[in-house]
Amino acid sequence: MKVIRDLLKYDKNFLVGFIFLVFALLLAILSFFSPYSPQERYVVERDKPPSFSHILGTNSLGQDVFWYLTFAIRNSLIIGLLAVILGRAVAVVVGLLSGYLGGRFDRIVTTITDSFIVLPRLPILILLSFTIKGNMNFITMALLIAFFDWAWPSKRYRSQILSLKEMEFTNTAKFSGRRIFQIVFKEHMPFLIPYLLADSISGFLFAIGMEITLSVLGLTNLDIPTIGTMIFWANYYQSMLNGTWWWISSPVLILIITVLGFYLLSVSIGTFLDPRVRLQKISVGENK
Amino acid sequence: MENYVKYIITRFIQTLIVIFIGITIVFFAPRFTPMDPVQSVIMRAYSQSTVDASVIQGLVETLKDLYGLRGTIWEQYIRFWKHLLKGDLGPSFTMFPTPVIQIIFKALPWTIGLLLTSTLIAWLLGIILGTLVGYFPNKSFSKILSIIITCIYPIPYYIIALILIFIFCYIFPIFPLMGGVQIGLKPSFSLTYILSVIKHGFLPALSLIIGTTCFIFMTQRALVSTLIASDFIVFSEVAGLSRKRIFLYLIRNSMLPQITDLALFLGGIFGGALMTEIVFSYPGIGQILYSAILQSDFNLIMGISIFSVVGVAFAAFILDLIYPLLDPRIRVK
Repeated sequence: MKVIRDLLKYDKNFLVGFIFLVFALLLAILSFFSPYSPQERYVVERDKPPSFSHILGTNSLGQDVFWYLTFAIRNSLIIGLLAVILGRAVAVVVGLLSGYLGGRFDRIVTTITDSFIVLPRLPILILLSFTIKGNMNFITMALLIAFFDWAWPSKRYRSQILSLKEMEFTNTAKFSGRRIFQIVFKEHMPFLIPYLLADSISGFLFAIGMEITLSVLGLTNLDIPTIGTMIFWANYYQSMLNGTWWWISSPVLILIITVLGFYLLSVSIGTFLDPRVRLQKISVGENK
Repeated sequence: MENYVKYIITRFIQTLIVIFIGITIVFFAPRFTPMDPVQSVIMRAYSQSTVDASVIQGLVETLKDLYGLRGTIWEQYIRFWKHLLKGDLGPSFTMFPTPVIQIIFKALPWTIGLLLTSTLIAWLLGIILGTLVGYFPNKSFSKILSIIITCIYPIPYYIIALILIFIFCYIFPIFPLMGGVQIGLKPSFSLTYILSVIKHGFLPALSLIIGTTCFIFMTQRALVSTLIASDFIVFSEVAGLSRKRIFLYLIRNSMLPQITDLALFLGGIFGGALMTEIVFSYPGIGQILYSAILQSDFNLIMGISIFSVVGVAFAAFILDLIYPLLDPRIRVK
């Protein structure tokens, strides 16, 4: 807790990122108090600009943009979170084991990973989501995204392990009779955590971007409110041409706030965990 | 030298295996989905009229023959490799009987033109700006530039494209919304044609340049900020070398990872910029691929994916070959 308080006090990136994320989270939580269900249409007057009764106006489908947005941001966050957890779990196991074991196992795994890296991700994602479009829900969406976002991270974790493996303490652990799994997950894992944190956030950004891309093309379940489907419907009713700018710009704005929040947080965590940068900061502080 | 040859050979075999697995996945991915190209053609052609069931049955058989979809999936797979090794990608299903390769070659110039220019511009821009900001981190222009790029970097590509369209097509209608060239213009080396191509390509290129520049800028700034603490730069400063000289040293020493990125970007060109081309209706590879997927045109999907898989895999292979030449510190084991 003290660390977070210090970061809030001294790191502008952390402060701004934190505020942005809290804002997005508050919006997502507000969805539980929404007076309208996101599936209902034509419950309010259509195409009304922002006013006191409808903070962000209403759309051409007769929905309140603000309350719809709360559901959209909640679902987008859930999809991103699921995709990140699934993808990183595979990446950590694959990367750590292949890096530590080496030999034939490593060669086979590396070849498979490399094959995944050369695959054109977006076309295959489009293909798969086109075929399961109707049955898409949170889990399938997250699975799809995670399926294409484990190869790069696992390659990066592997290279980290390769250098950790050469260090003295690995041998000490080995000679004192620790088993492979214990060494990898107890001794090496802590070194990877900062890496994993920053990487998870970039995975999160990838997942949210993918969700938007697929939704905008109309390839996801368009009844589930997400940031992407919201943009899809706004485009579908040509909100830019009709002058209902509040409909298209609210999801875009909240999205920018969310990704920026995550990104700034990752920058701040990255610098905080890098001891060299921290030392630099301390010495600068002393010179003052 | 003997080591180097051995290294090349193992890397080459590895690349071939990677390509083989990649192509195999691309082959099976559409076939394991419930998509049926024969049915989709019949649906499109006969959805309005009533035709005898036996006629349809005959048509299904003929189409299966023409499309090479006869036999079990393994037979198809082996036949596919036989044709591919002869350099034959087969006919497109939806634009039958135009060969896939012809369709690809028609779209390739647009994609290559757009992606090559925007990638190169973005790469150079990113490196120069990144080095400047990394070298002079306390100047005010560095701080402003850093904040701007940090804010743009995490924004998903589609949103950037949308904002550009919003600004340049609706608020200030300067640029055309869609197409690669003005409709009705014949390809020629005249000034009007070239100007029209540039005008249509400007927004798609700008959207790509913004994204790539931010990415290169971030890595370059990080590379340079660790470099300036290293001994040789400190010595150069102490020795009083000119700023320009040190600037060039910084660029040269951070080149290796950047060339990696450049090569992977260039290898990815053959896959097209799917989103860009869809959003701006640009007549390139990505656009074709998208419609091929929606119309379950297996051969066309395969053809484009093969280009892209081979492109990326070979870019990575060539990189590994030239690494030892670029950087003497890398030893071949």
